[in-house]
Amino acid sequence: MLIVPSAGLGLKPEYFEDALAAPADGLWFEVHPENYMVAGGPRLGWLEAIRARHPLSLHGVALSLAADAPPDAAHLERLAALVGRFEPALVSEHLAWSTWQGAYRPDLLPFPRTSAALARIAENVERAQEALGRRIALENPSHYLAIDGHEWDEIDFLETLARRTGCALLLDVNNVYVSARNLGLSADAYVDAFPGALVAEIHLAGHTADPALGADLLVDSHDAPVDPAVWALYARLIARIGPRPTLIERDGNLPAFEVLMAERARAAAVLRAPLLRAA
Amino acid sequence: MTGVSLGRFQDAFARALRAPAGAETCASELARLVAQPGFAVYRNTVMKGCIDALQANYPAVSRLVGEEWFRAAAAVFARMHLPRNPTLAVYGEDFPHFLAEFAPAAELTYLPGVARLDRFWTEAHTAADEAAVEAAAVARLAPDALARAVLRPHASARWAWFEAQPIATIWRRNRYPGDEDEAELAWCGEGVLLVRPRGRVENVALDAAGCAFLDACAAGGTLGDAASAALAADGQADLARLMAQLLEAGAFGRLELPDHSTEER
Repeated sequence: MLIVPSAGLGLKPEYFEDALAAPADGLWFEVHPENYMVAGGPRLGWLEAIRARHPLSLHGVALSLAADAPPDAAHLERLAALVGRFEPALVSEHLAWSTWQGAYRPDLLPFPRTSAALARIAENVERAQEALGRRIALENPSHYLAIDGHEWDEIDFLETLARRTGCALLLDVNNVYVSARNLGLSADAYVDAFPGALVAEIHLAGHTADPALGADLLVDSHDAPVDPAVWALYARLIARIGPRPTLIERDGNLPAFEVLMAERARAAAVLRAPLLRAA
Repeated sequence: MTGVSLGRFQDAFARALRAPAGAETCASELARLVAQPGFAVYRNTVMKGCIDALQANYPAVSRLVGEEWFRAAAAVFARMHLPRNPTLAVYGEDFPHFLAEFAPAAELTYLPGVARLDRFWTEAHTAADEAAVEAAAVARLAPDALARAVLRPHASARWAWFEAQPIATIWRRNRYPGDEDEAELAWCGEGVLLVRPRGRVENVALDAAGCAFLDACAAGGTLGDAASAALAADGQADLARLMAQLLEAGAFGRLELPDHSTEER
């Protein structure tokens, strides 16, 4: 089942009942596969029921592709099993690391973008795509630190990875906004320079200001509605590259399902805009 | 930081993440990163992810000690034991053992047992799916075949006997606080079986004989061996009632007959 360039929702267990009952018109769902890497039980049953009605996207957080080590073989095997069982329309991961020396840190950690790192990550992406038997998409992370020692611009780094490995890219527009604000860069320039042809999926989410530092440090918290500035960046991107499958992510301060469906409808309207213009 | 290999960067970053906030006066090669306010975002996200997962996985413990105490204890645990497995729904296998050794919890002698039952729930909830052996399949057996048959506990079955404390009742009241149970707590030993023969995890009170019976079954003993174990635990045990109770609960996943053929249910 392919995802047409329509809008989807991140699916938390709290929304399973609503998600099952939601009308199917172009709606798709995305989950973190790590939450379903269990031997059995109701979790997998819920996901089966959702998958029977809607396309699914698996968005991994723990392959740790930017670690200076191959992806954990057991984890990759579990991911491959889920891909085989649920036949997701999209599979994605992050340009980040989380597992290192056998310990997992529930976050997406940064690294200096060197040529050596590029070679290692390309090898890891290839290894993952081989194990999964399919192309994956890599997401641009949120940044909170000015790191010395970057040899590569992030967009060049991602584009080169995609060319070398054949992977696609996932553009998280909220991450662009948060990173640009935190590092003093231009979000417009980033979105304008991003290679549109490689974008397989777009993410939209809310962020919050750091409780101590305020608007000087934005945190990609996924616990608020999508910010107006992020909506504007998104419209700018779609006007340039055309529609792409777009996900509304929400992980905290969970509102009523209808509130998320309304955000999804707003993204769907943006996706229709270039088509309407062309007609 | 220029010129540092990716692996060395990750070693240093991982070390800096684990250090408590304020301890970054060390001459770490990452000093310039750790000094930036943004470093705390990573440190906080990692800790919050671990602590949230522990609180989700140990709800009865959290309710007993209160959220503030729980999160403080969970932070100590998380610093010592980062997840080995990114499936956070099963994080914290060592948490009951940690609580047993955790000095501030020394007076809460029932806490490790309650934690163990929260852990049993997680294990039962995520265990492999398996149809339970039905009572009728056992009832069909002739008495001599019955004594030599082996009943394997269900993949999701977890049980324990607590010698001196009503751990199961304390756990149940804190895991399912909405359930009405006003009776005064009887301070005596208790056992419990958690099992998920169908969609949800059920818990069934079990006496010492029942726990000994399941222990023998898990060790691969015949029903004859299991019956002896149950009688050794309690000479007055009613074996027929015990078998009926366990089969009713869906405690078994496989029936193996003496001629080595296996009957699924």
